Amino acid sequence: MYIHIRRFFTIALVATTCLFSAPTRAQHEGEKVTESINEQEHEIEHKLEESEEKFNIGEMIMHHIADSHEWEITHGVVIPLPVILYSADRGIEVFSSSNFHNDHHEYNGYHLVHGDSEQIVPVDESRKIYDFSITKNVASMLLSAVILILIFTSIAKFYKNNSRRAPRGFQSAMEVIILFIRDEVVKPNVGPKYEKYLPYLLTLFFFILINNIMGLLPGSANLTGNIAVTMTLAVLTFIVVHLNANGNYYKHLVRPTGVPIPLLLIMIPVEIVGVFMKPFSLMVRLFANITAGHIILLSLFGLIFIFQSFMIAPVISLFALFLNFIEIMVAFIQAFIFTLLSSMYIGSAIEEHSHADHGH
Amino acid sequence: MSLLTPNPGLIFWMLVVFLLVVFILAKFAWKPIIKGLKDRENEIQGALDLAERTRAEMVQLKSDNEKLIAEANAVRDQILRDAKDAADRTIAESKDKAAVEAQKMIEGARESIRNEQQVAVAKIRKEVATLSLEIAEKVLQRELKDKEAQEKLIAELASSARLN
Repeated sequence: MYIHIRRFFTIALVATTCLFSAPTRAQHEGEKVTESINEQEHEIEHKLEESEEKFNIGEMIMHHIADSHEWEITHGVVIPLPVILYSADRGIEVFSSSNFHNDHHEYNGYHLVHGDSEQIVPVDESRKIYDFSITKNVASMLLSAVILILIFTSIAKFYKNNSRRAPRGFQSAMEVIILFIRDEVVKPNVGPKYEKYLPYLLTLFFFILINNIMGLLPGSANLTGNIAVTMTLAVLTFIVVHLNANGNYYKHLVRPTGVPIPLLLIMIPVEIVGVFMKPFSLMVRLFANITAGHIILLSLFGLIFIFQSFMIAPVISLFALFLNFIEIMVAFIQAFIFTLLSSMYIGSAIEEHSHADHGH
Repeated sequence: MSLLTPNPGLIFWMLVVFLLVVFILAKFAWKPIIKGLKDRENEIQGALDLAERTRAEMVQLKSDNEKLIAEANAVRDQILRDAKDAADRTIAESKDKAAVEAQKMIEGARESIRNEQQVAVAKIRKEVATLSLEIAEKVLQRELKDKEAQEKLIAELASSARLN
């Protein structure tokens, strides 16, 4: 497994370096690039071409962290993704995002706006639309879902067919992690009824882990660094906790044991806020950790363009190498922490005795 | 800031995809995997228990065997001792019997010798008495004829009697 990570990491580093050195190369194939990329990068490219000192690192970073309606693997290599829009008057509309590749970024009465992030707005501003497009993040999520299902159903086959044989190869690598999650994270924190929650928590862990790692790949989407994704995960944990919580948990909210009556005026709001702080902290922790990691890596590579020197590239690459290692570690740690905290919240809500963990 | 505003479309897809992944994995992956792991754990535990039990049985068996061997040895020693005792006793008895027998025979011999002797002595006495009577008869006969010859004869008889 270690070799796999090392190989992946080497590829990631080389490819990342290529990705960020692409603008320099792109100068020579300027026409092709301007055709296929969006307005914001038009500007960046123009500025780069005109005077190379005006490299806007903030925009570059935001562009790489944010979601997009097309999957830009590197400059010039763009996979158009389906745009799905719903509006009350027109119903569901599906078309390719490559239709926006014109001078005004307009198609069929819709306008693709580039701000901090891309947005599709109707030209007629009185209309209200809902955007359910398969964006870069959704596509990456679908890909990770397929990978997860393929990996674990194929592993499950080993257990069905050769249940009496010793684990081998990839199965044993995954088994270590599954056993770790079961024995060290879920079992001690959830308590005796842990088996009911094990499938959800295992999926949670591997979903976050695979998306964290996929996010480190060059040209990939920043899925777990997107607040919509972490919010959904946190809300799901919140729902699981509160659907399964027992009477003690709810009683503890409105009548904490051993608190004098006057203090309840303060304690009850505090407890209620605490209930919502838990998923909120889950959401922000994962989002901030992954996004911060991406920003640091992108900033480092941006330095090469700010200094306009290839001499600094080896030094930056060394730093980036080090940070990539840390990011791989963070990918595991954040998946682990999300699962651990979810287990603790579930465990404290279904605990029989009323000495609930306040888990702040 | 757009980075902190969740996009509803992405939330929708996230919910759909993640819940699908949870259900598919729960049904087709986690269930067999968790069951397989549990089965294997039970099997290993069972095998360990069995080994422990077998070990205990072996120890028991070994001590039983040792006990049996010890018992058998004891029985053998007992038998040998008994046999030796019996042999010794038989020899001693035979010896005693033989001694008694010999004693008896010697007694018998002595008895018969004594009887023979008595018979012989009685015979001799009778003989002597008869002889004496004959001598006395002859002396009496001769006394009547010749006094001198009579005395000579007595002396003669007396010397011959002493020789006897």
